Amino acid sequence: MADTKKVKAHREPLVHIVKRDDMPSWKAWLIRIGTIVVSIFLMGCLSMMLTERSLIDTFEIMYRGVFGRIETGSTVMLWKYLQEIAILLCLALALTPAFKMKFWNCGAEGQALMGGLAAMVCMIELGKTLSYPVLLVVVIVASVVTGAVWGLIPAVFKALFNTNETLFTLMMNYIATQIIAYYVYIVGGGSNVIQPVAEGNLPVIGNNRYLVNIITVALITVLMYVYLKYSKHGYEISVVGESQNTARYIGINVKKVIIRTMVISGAVCGIAGMLLVAGTDHSINTDTVGGQGFTAIMVSWLGQFNPFIMVLMTGVICFLRMGAAKVADTCMLNASFADIVVGIVILCVVGCEFFIRYSVKFRHGKKEVKA
Amino acid sequence: MSKQPAIELKNITKRFGKVVANKNVNLTAYRGEILSILGENGSGKTTLMNMISGIYFPDEGQIFVDGKEAVIASPKDAFEYKIGMIHQHFKLVDVFTAAENIVLGIENGKYDLKRSTGEIRKISEQYGFDLAAEKKIYSMSVSEKQTVEIIKVLYRGADILILDEPTAVLTPQETEKLFSILRNMRDDGKCIIIITHKLHEVLSLSDRVSVLRKGEYVGTVNTAETSESELTEMMVGKKIELNIERSEPKNSTDRLYVNGVTCMDRQGATVLDNVSFTAKSGEILGIAGIAGSGQRELLESIAGLQHLSSGEIFYIDPKTDKKENLRDKTPVQIREMGVRLSFVPEDRLGMGLVGNMDIIDNMMLRSYSKGHSMFLQRKAPKDLAMKIIHDLEVVTPGATTPVRRLSGGNVQKVLVGREIAASPTVLMVAYPVRGLDINSSYMIYNLLNEQKEKGVAIIFVGEDLDVLVELCDRIMVIGSGKITGIVDARMTTKEEIGLLMTKSKADGKENDNG
Amino acid sequence: MIVQFICRAILLGVPLLFGSTGEIVTEKSGHLNLGIPGIMYVGAISGVIGAFLYENACGNDAANMNGVLAVLIPFVCAVLGSTLMGFIYSFLTVTLRANQNVTGLALTTFGIGLGNFFGGSLIKLTETDMPSIALTKTSAFFSVKLPFADDLGAIGEIFFSHDFLTYLAIIIAVVVAFVLNRTRVGLNLRSVGENPATADAAGINVIRYKYVATCIGSAIAGLGGLQYVMAYANGVWSNNAFGDRGWMAIALVIFALWKPSSAIVGSFIFGALCNANNYIQGLGAETQELFKMLPYIVTIIVLIITSMRKKREHQPPASLGVSYFREER
Repeated sequence: MADTKKVKAHREPLVHIVKRDDMPSWKAWLIRIGTIVVSIFLMGCLSMMLTERSLIDTFEIMYRGVFGRIETGSTVMLWKYLQEIAILLCLALALTPAFKMKFWNCGAEGQALMGGLAAMVCMIELGKTLSYPVLLVVVIVASVVTGAVWGLIPAVFKALFNTNETLFTLMMNYIATQIIAYYVYIVGGGSNVIQPVAEGNLPVIGNNRYLVNIITVALITVLMYVYLKYSKHGYEISVVGESQNTARYIGINVKKVIIRTMVISGAVCGIAGMLLVAGTDHSINTDTVGGQGFTAIMVSWLGQFNPFIMVLMTGVICFLRMGAAKVADTCMLNASFADIVVGIVILCVVGCEFFIRYSVKFRHGKKEVKA
Repeated sequence: MSKQPAIELKNITKRFGKVVANKNVNLTAYRGEILSILGENGSGKTTLMNMISGIYFPDEGQIFVDGKEAVIASPKDAFEYKIGMIHQHFKLVDVFTAAENIVLGIENGKYDLKRSTGEIRKISEQYGFDLAAEKKIYSMSVSEKQTVEIIKVLYRGADILILDEPTAVLTPQETEKLFSILRNMRDDGKCIIIITHKLHEVLSLSDRVSVLRKGEYVGTVNTAETSESELTEMMVGKKIELNIERSEPKNSTDRLYVNGVTCMDRQGATVLDNVSFTAKSGEILGIAGIAGSGQRELLESIAGLQHLSSGEIFYIDPKTDKKENLRDKTPVQIREMGVRLSFVPEDRLGMGLVGNMDIIDNMMLRSYSKGHSMFLQRKAPKDLAMKIIHDLEVVTPGATTPVRRLSGGNVQKVLVGREIAASPTVLMVAYPVRGLDINSSYMIYNLLNEQKEKGVAIIFVGEDLDVLVELCDRIMVIGSGKITGIVDARMTTKEEIGLLMTKSKADGKENDNG
Repeated sequence: MIVQFICRAILLGVPLLFGSTGEIVTEKSGHLNLGIPGIMYVGAISGVIGAFLYENACGNDAANMNGVLAVLIPFVCAVLGSTLMGFIYSFLTVTLRANQNVTGLALTTFGIGLGNFFGGSLIKLTETDMPSIALTKTSAFFSVKLPFADDLGAIGEIFFSHDFLTYLAIIIAVVVAFVLNRTRVGLNLRSVGENPATADAAGINVIRYKYVATCIGSAIAGLGGLQYVMAYANGVWSNNAFGDRGWMAIALVIFALWKPSSAIVGSFIFGALCNANNYIQGLGAETQELFKMLPYIVTIIVLIITSMRKKREHQPPASLGVSYFREER
């Protein structure tokens, strides 16, 4: 019997992957930050090749693209940077409770768009009739509620029939986009542009058009941290996310938690949309959120459910995005260069998680045994 | 005739992270024999066998098949050496038919399900199996699934068969049938390795026994020349008394009265059929039955986790003697009614505890919703965690260690500790010692007996009939969702219970002597 | 008019059919590849680059171009480009076991960026004022009709008037359906997606199946991008023109309940839905925008209905989205 078997070469697995016990978190963060630094460096090299400028030049341009000429006292770019962070962070924060519940809300884009649309509609339709304070309240409430409803719809079906939420929320994005296109067409009279509306804008603090947005998001960051970590709701979210069976066992109403959490998630997205429309653009189009709803998914996941880490992550991503855009602009590259840079860095960071969770061992020194 | 070694292990070592699962294990199995691998839970039996079947690859050591060194890097390599393993947790694709599962992964020959079905029938007839090849796995019973697993291995022409705890899900009668099939195979010249921790099975089935303890090889003895106590000593390392102290129930009164409970699963099949019984204070009521006969649904019905189609569950308050109906109440409502019901579910890390949370947060599962504050109070759960770690000797780096990183026994201590800390009047436990080593198991039995002394009504769902007979006061047997009998544990035998477990539905009522 | 509508629906449906067939192959191995939109962009731009270089090499003169090469070069480029993307995805999610949703989304960002970057750079190279690049000569080779199509009237137009990629899409879908349901490879692949531990224990090389399925799936999806540029858009590439077709392809997978044969019909239904607005009399431009959401709404309805019916055979592969690690304990 045995001799009919083909004699095998001694092909042992050369590398061997082992799951790690939990790595100390400082070490894990060292790996993550190291990956970010290395990948940014590689990006610098890539643009160096494309633009034939020196590495230092390239980073200089990136720095200028993000911070502008601070030494001359101009803080315009810096505020713009903070604004970019604020919006992306707001969307990422909105997604976090849903992700912690293992509900893949890929619909931040649509929820924010709908929130923004609600603000826009109120500004246009009621702007002339209501007094400013009342209008402001209406704008805020309308966008929060609309965003929440957009998050509520997939949540209800998830709770009742366990309908796949990843795909549902994705589809909801495009429905939102088409509704916006429809509205813009009507209001803009076929021009695809709505002229900025002066009524119902968020107040401007100290002559800085972005400060209100930034303060709002800073507040949401702290609130979200407290909500997730110290509130009973936050605890219920983690239990449902870890194991629905356990949640049932201790008497948590799982359906209620899913719906409640998605309402919160959608509502915060609605706020982000409101900040963009009433606080920044005073207008709306299908590109108002500009794909940041998708970037936010990655930020939220990379931030490990911790709002403060998300601040860091958004800082890095916005830096790359603005910096790479500046490089592209200065060196006559296509503007999509920024997307490529952000994409590659995120892929690297996602990949590096492997080295945090697993360790790779190489086999060596095996004695030959005669067959 | 002199026997030929089919498989030999030399100095096999396997580590998972810091845990050494197997250390320098040497083992030989011959053709035409049944070898038992005996060891406690966690002694590394399954890991060792997984290395023979190519699931794991050893860190050190060599494996010889028919006297030649073999490199088994994947299950496919194992098949080429004619090694087949029947896993404890069946490895079957639910949405495939039996035939599709059996031919899965075979590469030579034409893909022809019809012809394969014919071959499967031939194998079934040869060994006396009963199998519908076209049936989908998800509509099969556990023992049918096991049949598919065994035929899958035979279909590949395996002559070294490894069975991992094959009897855990079978009735005594089904077990006997399986054993006779295995004996036939042995007489055919096949090498059979069976992993088990049940001593009487070892003695009745195998030719030789190899014992593992804490990942290390202890020794091999001929079954004919050994005894239960010698094997226990080899397994555990020291002589221990395997007797459970059982006291007589004192001042027993009715505590829980279940009347005519019927319950459906999601597909609309009846999982509990007109179940009625009474649980009394100060006694342990055992529930025996084939796995999946409705035990889980019964406990979940009482705990308020199942919707009943009919019937009532009454709780009799020990202080006021008032009857309260628990039907259609949620766990929260039951708690608010003042019913102190504790429940240790079968799935510890998937239901009773949250694996990724630390011990403190797991303590909070039961108590977090108390009070009107929006925020969590972590002081009391922390004290409770420290107390349980101390009292039950939980081995853990600290109270903030995620429970999934504790060993099975310590996980169970945390869970039982929390449930007992609520000072229950009714305590339900499902398979509380599954996967635990002997010392932890006895600690759990003692805890249950302590609660019994305190007058708690205990409902104990078990699988090991020896333990049920020794520990419980009364044993209720459940078969296909019906009560087939309630017997006095002091008067009954395992065989009687085994017969009740498979009793047909029609004559279920005659045995209502509880 | 109806004939034209049907032809248009088919033309619009084909990129979706490629995309969803590719995604079905990938999902059957247990991987939800949300990078498909990006991959289709890369497929399209790779084809465009190939065609651009070949046209230039021939001095931009159709007379110098060899029909076989004109088709083959963009085709091979598209397959290579999208396979490479699929390889990146499988390396991250299979070997490094990264989160599939995040990886997929990052790949989409990356892929769309790549498409627009190279597209934009090529446009700049042509030094025209148009924000697009026209490869009409190559496109002409792609859209060669069957010779007898014109003789058969309406039937000929509906069934035989399309470019060869359309037929290829249907052939691929049929072949994939056959492989999945009737062959050993298909059985093995489905078992990998359903229960990788079982497949592994049965001796199937799970890792290899996942890699191959993802890469082949990506290659098929990339052809969808190529078909869009060469046949639908007559060889004109402009940035972002491909739009959200990639997401619609993923939606189509659900619509088709993971069956390539249903995807064929589904893609034409989707094509018709996308196109209905142009053929219904008296629709204002604003209502047309609303009509464009029809495919998404239909997908959501299908999603809900399948989740309500809970038929075992209609569910996604059981281990979809879960990384497999053999030594998991």
